[in-house]
Amino acid sequence: MTITPEFRPAPGDLEEHEFLVNMGPQHPSTHGVLRVILRVDGERLVDAIPDIGFLHRCFEKVAEGWTYQQVVPLTDRLDYVSAMTNELAYVMAVEKLAGIEVPERAQWLRVLVAELQRIASHLVWFGTFALDLGATTPFLYAIREREHILDLFEALCGARLTYSYMRIGGVRGDLPPGFVGKTREFLKLMPSRLREYENLFMRNRIFENRTKGIGRVTAEEAVAYGASGPTLRGSGVDWDLRRDEPYSAYDRFEFGVPVGQSGDVYDRAVCRFKEMYESLKIVEQVLDGLPEGDVRAKVPRVLKPPAGDVYTRVESPRGEVGVYLVSDGGPKPYRVKWRAPSFAHLRLLPVMAKGHMVADIVAIIGSIDIILGEVDR
Amino acid sequence: MPADLGAFLQGVFDQVHLWASQSPFWSALFSLGWGIVKVILVLGFIIVNVLVLVWLERKFSGRVQSRLGPMRVGRPHGWAQTIADMIKLLGKEDIVPRAADKALFVIAPVVIFTATMLVYVVVPMGPRTIVSDLNIGVLYLAAAASFTVISVLMAGWGSSSKWSLLGALRGAAMLVSYEVPMVLAVIGVVLLSGTLSTNAIVESQSGLWYILVQPIGFLVFLAALFAELNRVPFDLAEAESELVSGFNIEYSGLRFAFFFLAEYANLLALSAIAVTLYFGGWQGPFLPPFVWFMLKTYGFILLVMWIRWTLPRVRVDQLLEFGWKVLLPAALVNLAVTGVYVLLT
Repeated sequence: MTITPEFRPAPGDLEEHEFLVNMGPQHPSTHGVLRVILRVDGERLVDAIPDIGFLHRCFEKVAEGWTYQQVVPLTDRLDYVSAMTNELAYVMAVEKLAGIEVPERAQWLRVLVAELQRIASHLVWFGTFALDLGATTPFLYAIREREHILDLFEALCGARLTYSYMRIGGVRGDLPPGFVGKTREFLKLMPSRLREYENLFMRNRIFENRTKGIGRVTAEEAVAYGASGPTLRGSGVDWDLRRDEPYSAYDRFEFGVPVGQSGDVYDRAVCRFKEMYESLKIVEQVLDGLPEGDVRAKVPRVLKPPAGDVYTRVESPRGEVGVYLVSDGGPKPYRVKWRAPSFAHLRLLPVMAKGHMVADIVAIIGSIDIILGEVDR
Repeated sequence: MPADLGAFLQGVFDQVHLWASQSPFWSALFSLGWGIVKVILVLGFIIVNVLVLVWLERKFSGRVQSRLGPMRVGRPHGWAQTIADMIKLLGKEDIVPRAADKALFVIAPVVIFTATMLVYVVVPMGPRTIVSDLNIGVLYLAAAASFTVISVLMAGWGSSSKWSLLGALRGAAMLVSYEVPMVLAVIGVVLLSGTLSTNAIVESQSGLWYILVQPIGFLVFLAALFAELNRVPFDLAEAESELVSGFNIEYSGLRFAFFFLAEYANLLALSAIAVTLYFGGWQGPFLPPFVWFMLKTYGFILLVMWIRWTLPRVRVDQLLEFGWKVLLPAALVNLAVTGVYVLLT
């Protein structure tokens, strides 16, 4: 279907019993400023076309004008629900380009905050996903638990959402006093809370009926569209960068990778949910074996990496965050290209939505867990 | 003292009634005046209870979600919050969309409130506290309760917004699937009590509440009630996260207040009906009948709220399937078994 700029379908494109519905950019279930043009036949979706760009902030161009260090806070604003993993992807690219060796303790701390961030991000996903399906209460429960992690991060770096904790060559600072104890308290509390969510929502018959068989994506389609993270694993592709292409200190830890089968909303949701248990395991291992040492390598204030290009990628809560960095030998990056998982997943939306109902598109958008700050950049 | 006062008022009423019945003119005027008094009483009852119910729902959902709910406006526990909200709604601009069908758009809130008030006519709040003890009470109920959907359709179509139209279509589709099982479930009660009068149904439960002999009928009634009330898990016509607010999305200010009022008035009315049909109405030991009636009704309302704040929402086709493939057969079986039982005893 083609749509003219005046939001009209091209002549003769719309059947008589169909009509267009404009969903968003102000809609409670589009998770930000996403607009989806729905072509519906009654309640049945014939087509769903995402329309993006409402949150475009020219990140990639702005980054070219700033020094390598100054770009770190900018990356926080992309996937603002999971700022730590963004920073990690970016600083890893700079370190690879400049050949900087990161101390072991810093690597472990990076894993620690990245996994706590994953739990926090998945909690936001869980709450909003339940909200999309009409259950109000899980949202407040999830936010209540996320609060623990945000408090930890606040103690660590003073910020609750945009941390700027990763630095080129390490992290900003060591753990504050009491951090380990509080994290252990959280580790003790969290499994029982996760089981509570399961009983309340994930094992609910209505939830299963709403999500099983909805928004199905085959493994081939998922790979072809560049899906990654839980969206890819929900379709049965066993691929996790933390395990298959270990970065930072991930090769030191034991953890499982939950994989789904049918690639529907339910499998994606279960994959995400189970990942929280695995992240808890990693956090525990980090706390048990945290090595002593520096948390930051010596890096010159004016960093001039040699000319060249590099691509690094990390497993963010949403999928593969990739950074393509080009240096011309100057103090500012020549080009920063950001590969956002949400962008790739949003392209799957028309594939997933076809033939389902208006209520289902809300569940589908919730299940791919997009962040519009990352889609539009 | 209250008993004396009641007897005194009764005496005054009887005197005036006797005096008025001597001439046809005064008799007609008397019925009209008495009717107006009844309407005002019912309206007052509804408004006071709705204010309490909205506050109760907020506090209750706060409890469920481990937060406090309203605390600031009015101490203790923000009791004045709903009053403040109502005043705020009165001060809002009254917006009618340019493309709207003005007549339908304007009438719809009035219709939904009237339909809700109609239900109160046959709610027995005590042995003699009933607006009108119709001998076809239950039949009247079934007719009056489904009027609200007409208003949903009027609002959805009249707004000429696609979202509200979708909400209205859902409302209409839901009506056909829950109304039939609901009425069939109620017929089980009617068979047992042998009367259509709501007050007589309450009186016939002096020994045994009908929920104990009609458990399946009650469950069918309960499920249909959630659809009728537009509440989670069947709040499809409103569906905050899908249709944003469904049929009433274009309404603001006082007109929206009417929808809001009607929603809670409907909750109270149908809970009262459920109590009347299955929980022995105003019957109970020690306490006065009206107190028993209110206690049971509020208990039932808390059950409805508890379910609302726990469950996710079903999809519209799933509700239709549930209505026709589960509720209707269950109601029919219940009816057949009840019929055989009544025939044998």
